[in-house]
Amino acid sequence: MTIKRGGTAELKLKAALQPGFHVNSNSPNDEFLIPLKLTWAKEPIEAEQVVFPKPQLEKYDFSQNPVSVFSGNFEIVTRFKAPVSARPGLVVMTGKLRYQACNNKECLQPRNLDLRFTADIQ
Amino acid sequence: MNQEMPVPKTVSPAALAAFLAAVVLSLACTHEATVKAAVKADKDRKAAPNFTLADVNGQKVQLSDYKGKVVLLDFWATWCGPCKVEIPWFMEFEQTYKNKGFAVLGVSMDDDGWTVVKPYLQQLKVNYRIVLGNDKVGELYGGVDSLPTTFLIDRQGKIAATHVGLAGGKDDFKNEIVNLLGPAEAPHAGLLPPSRGALAFFTRAN
Repeated sequence: MTIKRGGTAELKLKAALQPGFHVNSNSPNDEFLIPLKLTWAKEPIEAEQVVFPKPQLEKYDFSQNPVSVFSGNFEIVTRFKAPVSARPGLVVMTGKLRYQACNNKECLQPRNLDLRFTADIQ
Repeated sequence: MNQEMPVPKTVSPAALAAFLAAVVLSLACTHEATVKAAVKADKDRKAAPNFTLADVNGQKVQLSDYKGKVVLLDFWATWCGPCKVEIPWFMEFEQTYKNKGFAVLGVSMDDDGWTVVKPYLQQLKVNYRIVLGNDKVGELYGGVDSLPTTFLIDRQGKIAATHVGLAGGKDDFKNEIVNLLGPAEAPHAGLLPPSRGALAFFTRAN
């Protein structure tokens, strides 16, 4: 990623789930479900906004009401901002994606996925 | 600036691969395991590993405390939708068979512990004992990465049946429980087979 001091840049994280599986959306409609959560380190650049796609409301064997999920291929977009005072050069940003996947019959343990990318501040 | 960054250039490929691999691997495992369980022949049963975990009151519970009973050991979590379907079935089994040498023991695999488990149990009015599990106990039972995973343990403390994933229906468990509890709980319990009935009559006559 290239980003100018004082400017913004977007990062798209592309996810692909195996057929039949889903993850809870970032705003599941049940207090006990684990939401999809993307968090980034506070520096050296700042994540201003994380945008999830519109969730699908799906009915499963185990749910009386539709569940708010993501399945198939989807993208999560993060808009980063580089401070005006940032030093030009390559920096490493780290983040975490927490997700919990299920299919129609079973659920997998929640996972934390470490993310890492290099940004070129200009 | 507004640029699209394809994943391989922006996110560690190893990390993304791990994300996908986790799902792929689990899918592969569960397809092997999600079969209709049936009670195994006695010679094929293995001992259920013992463990000690705490219940909601902080009381230590060991699986060995249940020796002599048929135990339905359910690994579950509050975030697991399919688990929520089975819990009312297990409550019914607890109610029906608890005085006949049967018990349900739930092992919650929630990382957040009683903070989330306690309100959930109150909401569902769960009538059987729940303990808080951990990875170590999960490993004893083959990893338990997929929930619900339920083991039926016979009176000798051996695993007689395993269910991974939401069972096809309540009767899948019920038939196995009745089978493991023994003849007294079989359908038409109380009616002796003809040969034994004749013997009983003969005995009384003498």
